[in-house]
Amino acid sequence: MRRFTYHEPATLDEAVSLLAAPNAQILAGGTDLLVELKEQLRRADCVVNIKKIPGIAGLAYDDKAGLRIGALATAREVEVSPLVLDKYRSLAQSVRELGSIQVRHRATIIGNVCRASPSADTIPPLIADGASLRIRGAGGERTLKVEDFFLGPGRTVLKPGDVVTEIVVPPPPPGTRKIYIKHGRRKAMELATVGVAVTHVPGAETRIVLGAVAPTPLRARHAEDLLRGKRLTDELIDKAAQAAVAESRPISNVRASAEYRREMVGVLTRRALEQLR
Amino acid sequence: MTTIALTINGEARELAVEPYRSLLDVLRNEAGLTGTKKGCDVGDCGACTVLVDGKPVNSCLMLGVEADGSEVLTIEGLQPAPNRLHPLQEAFIRLGGAQCGFCTPGMIMMAAALLAENPSPSEEEIRFGIAGNICRCTGYTKIVEAIQAAGKELA
Repeated sequence: MRRFTYHEPATLDEAVSLLAAPNAQILAGGTDLLVELKEQLRRADCVVNIKKIPGIAGLAYDDKAGLRIGALATAREVEVSPLVLDKYRSLAQSVRELGSIQVRHRATIIGNVCRASPSADTIPPLIADGASLRIRGAGGERTLKVEDFFLGPGRTVLKPGDVVTEIVVPPPPPGTRKIYIKHGRRKAMELATVGVAVTHVPGAETRIVLGAVAPTPLRARHAEDLLRGKRLTDELIDKAAQAAVAESRPISNVRASAEYRREMVGVLTRRALEQLR
Repeated sequence: MTTIALTINGEARELAVEPYRSLLDVLRNEAGLTGTKKGCDVGDCGACTVLVDGKPVNSCLMLGVEADGSEVLTIEGLQPAPNRLHPLQEAFIRLGGAQCGFCTPGMIMMAAALLAENPSPSEEEIRFGIAGNICRCTGYTKIVEAIQAAGKELA
């Protein structure tokens, strides 16, 4: 790694001002940052480790507010939480698919989201669950839907100095069913070729979010419209799967061709809906 | 340079480190412990796995300065006594879990973390647990058997 200066701010305000400097990089889990610094995909003149800041760690749940995931909460903390498995099943499923146990002990959920990879596993379930981000920056604090956070591969609405301090995922209405299906070339240590998250609230709404088939995670809104308030019959599931295929905008890359990805969007959307009814 | 104070294999150490050095490089160079291996250096192969405060991590994906105040266990510290091997080390030798040996320190440290959480893991649980440790020699079968055998002994 190239030389950089290193800081461990004790407060969020201090972190925000350090991160406003050019080529300042935020360090929480570090599992993406260190790789990108070593491979010179990213430059750091200054690294700001936020792990000494109080109040941004851990998970908390409240029946009214839902699940709060702090900036320092690791993928492993989410993976082994019985509460997450019970109420946020698709998120729990997606986290088991992220890297290795070693990586998950360091990597943070918020880091996975901020890295804004189109194939990130945790993002489709969070969007399907209607999650929001709380952002602290030079201008104070703001809240934003995870769905509205991404601009393109690796790009978000964050400005220099901004720190995402927590993600809040609303509590699931009674009877809600959720699933995340990842499709890859092998079982572990893999980036998704296609990912599909579905949150189904029977009699009300079904949210379908596709990963790795567009520059940003994508809500299959036409498919959702077909299913709103309806029972998941074979015929409707088929129509929704076709609508999701039409909405996807995949590219061809080393992991799969665009044609194959589109095909898999249909297969996985159908499979997800069949498993939720 | 920053001075960090940490415990490595039960011994209190103070090391002067540059902030841009990985924990892996600090262990191998500053601390002189070369049992931990550098394979890919980007978190894919698991050869550099050590336990930090009991948790298995890729030491290549952590800065040395981040280990300040923590307790690090490497393969050199796993033996219960100078002339006795850990049951995992014995089982790897007895059952052919090591061939070229380069992945072995990381594999054994990951297995130690796995058995600490779950002393009698199924084959599937072992394979899920060591998914981040790559071995290009054994085909994994003998590694899985060695971990299972060590688990029985430790239980």
